[in-house]
Amino acid sequence: MSIDMSQFHQVFFEECFEGLEAMESGLLSLDIGDIDSEVINTIFRAAHSIKGGSGTFGFTVVAEYTHIMETLLDEMRDGRRQVTKPAVDVLLGSVDCLREMLTSIQNEEDVNMESAAQHQAALEMELNGTAGGGEHTAAPVHAAPIVVVVEAEPEEEVVVDEEQGWKIAFCPYLSLLKTGNDPVRLFRELSGLGELTTNVNIQDVPPFAELDPEECNISWELKLVSDATEAAVREIFSWVEEDCALELAPLAKPKKIKKPKPAAAPAPVVETAAPVVATESAPVVAAKKAAPTESDPSKNAPKASSSIRVDTDKIDTLINMVGEVVITQSMLGLIGENFTMDKVGQLKRGLAQLERHTRDLQQSVMNIRMLPISFVFSRFPRLVHDISTQLHKKITLKLVGENTEVDKAVVELINDPLVHLIRNSLDHGIEMPAERVAAGKPEMGTIELKAYHRGGHIVIEIVDDGRGMDKAKLLAKAIEKGLVEESTIMSDKQILELIFMPGFSTAEKLTDISGRGVGMDVVRRNIQSLGGNIDIISELGKGSTIAIHLPLTLAILDGQSVAVGDETYIVPLVSIIESINITEKMLNKVAGKGETFKLRNEYLPIIRMREIFNVKSGNATKSNEGVIVVVEGQGALCGFLVDELLGQQQVVIKSLEANYRRVEGVSGATILGDGSVALILDVPGLVRLSVR
Amino acid sequence: MASILAVDDSASMRKMVAFTLKTAGYDVEEAEDGVDALEKAKARTFDCIVTDVNMPNKDGIALIRDLRQLPQYKHVPMLMLTTESGMEKKMEGKEAGATGWMVKPFNPDQLLKTLLKVLG
Repeated sequence: MSIDMSQFHQVFFEECFEGLEAMESGLLSLDIGDIDSEVINTIFRAAHSIKGGSGTFGFTVVAEYTHIMETLLDEMRDGRRQVTKPAVDVLLGSVDCLREMLTSIQNEEDVNMESAAQHQAALEMELNGTAGGGEHTAAPVHAAPIVVVVEAEPEEEVVVDEEQGWKIAFCPYLSLLKTGNDPVRLFRELSGLGELTTNVNIQDVPPFAELDPEECNISWELKLVSDATEAAVREIFSWVEEDCALELAPLAKPKKIKKPKPAAAPAPVVETAAPVVATESAPVVAAKKAAPTESDPSKNAPKASSSIRVDTDKIDTLINMVGEVVITQSMLGLIGENFTMDKVGQLKRGLAQLERHTRDLQQSVMNIRMLPISFVFSRFPRLVHDISTQLHKKITLKLVGENTEVDKAVVELINDPLVHLIRNSLDHGIEMPAERVAAGKPEMGTIELKAYHRGGHIVIEIVDDGRGMDKAKLLAKAIEKGLVEESTIMSDKQILELIFMPGFSTAEKLTDISGRGVGMDVVRRNIQSLGGNIDIISELGKGSTIAIHLPLTLAILDGQSVAVGDETYIVPLVSIIESINITEKMLNKVAGKGETFKLRNEYLPIIRMREIFNVKSGNATKSNEGVIVVVEGQGALCGFLVDELLGQQQVVIKSLEANYRRVEGVSGATILGDGSVALILDVPGLVRLSVR
Repeated sequence: MASILAVDDSASMRKMVAFTLKTAGYDVEEAEDGVDALEKAKARTFDCIVTDVNMPNKDGIALIRDLRQLPQYKHVPMLMLTTESGMEKKMEGKEAGATGWMVKPFNPDQLLKTLLKVLG
């Protein structure tokens, strides 16, 4: 039977990446010296599964590689090998290497054999270099590719005259049946090899009264006429080897003497092979080892987006909801069939029910897209481990609230900004151990990564107990760069926010950890494009806290609908500060700077929606009749002049780019209750637009 | 057709085994570890158990040992799928009551051929 194995590949890859993550976090949590055997077991199991699967699905490169890891881990598991930091590092490197291999295979690219060979050599060095179990463990490397149980090995040369075959004395022990084996099936197998004659010996069967039907009291004399080898015959009995006495004798003497049967894979050959590999590529390893650590996880990140794993509970809830909706629908259908006015009350109740169910259903569906933030957080222990080693700093990372759920899209997009912020904390925030001790702080720095829900938002905080930001230095730098004027009086908060300005960087020298050409301005822009914002609190000498607020979902937004002529627009509720009915006195025309509007003591620029979107329809309102919606975008306040406020509602965001094309000042569209389309305003975009 | 319980914590392997067996016409149920399997095996009696060895919660050997205690599974064939081709695991499995074993990696044909040794 031919079965298309490629249909299992996707599941296999997902499983592998999950396994690798488990291995990675397990390895990172291994406390050298105090080994938790359950952790080692988990790591071992992951390697073991990857090996088994990759062998089965034909990815022999991966299978061979994981085999070595497995051997190493097996020795650790059994306590035959010490868990050392170098060993853990090598294993971590192997995780990266495997991830790279699997990604290449998944994308149907060639596996980078060079880097694989380096990692493999490092692994083998680790395996063979340390005392204890060096030689014999290397042997199974070549045993990994297909070990066939059922097939015979026709390598013996047996030439016979007369009748060819075997005389088999098969005497099962009483217990043979207890393992589910059945002599009848064995005989059926045997008869597949040739012509079988059985001769039953029942002399040991006790009298009926004493007979235990679960015991095997019979033995057999078998004659098999076949050209099968002894190994092939014994193979059939391999499962019951311990449960019977088995004697094999050839029916006729062969003329040529049989070659002695090699037991299994010939060990000596392999023993010489492994060290050769190790010595050849060992010097290269030291030089290039560090290279492929960082780039790979991000490479396979977008791949993960193609499918989503959902808790079955969520699906069950969803199915329940759908059931409710169907019931309500049929109830309404019944009312509608013979409608009379006295059924209005019933109808109203039904509609109210429908509304409730629809809302619940919507929530359940949204819930499916919710993933725990641990999907993002889980890679940071590794990042912190690697970078702190590189920087010779001592840092622990605490994760809080990993199970906080957030929309899948947010999970995918928040990763890069977070990486940047954590790198910053590692590089600039936490001081060198000596410096910390001198400042009276514990040698070990702490970075805390927290996530929690607040209102309709998720808040992610990065808290470090490092040196904090020097406001005087920040200000001086900004003045030097010409970003602010010397005379400007700024609040502490405003000074801290200077780091978000394009072209601002306080690091004296750019290191390869943080200074990657992406500034904090990009981080802020990315977060704002997700509909979020970012705040900093920092105290010199004590540490910094960076808080990111993000909407829970990107698919639905709380919006304020506003009327401009006959058109309806949606302003995201998060960016609205307040809305004011305007009077003539509040509007000022400033030459060259457009219109402004005096809100209490501040002058705000005005954007006329009617003009910016060129709306001609409806009654042209005079500028003094209407509503100013005060919004915040790009850190600045601004007033949108609209005709009327309509109402607040949750709107489902439809992508304009996917359905039409990108339009400046508009972030998307939605469909209103009456079927018409309303555009959702991109507040920061409009503010930018108005400045021009 | 014979009913088979396929137990493996690795989804891809389990799916492969289950799909192969289903295609061959067997009635297959899947379980993701020993605990899950034991529960399913109690709910109905299978004609054969095919289980991975290394699994979280309850491994294949413990599963076989537990199943053999149940009267309805006294003589049901139980196969272990293992990558540990060492005799040690096999013997441990035999002592627990395993009928036989298959060494991974194997292909669908080998799986079916092996099953014929204990079914039908």
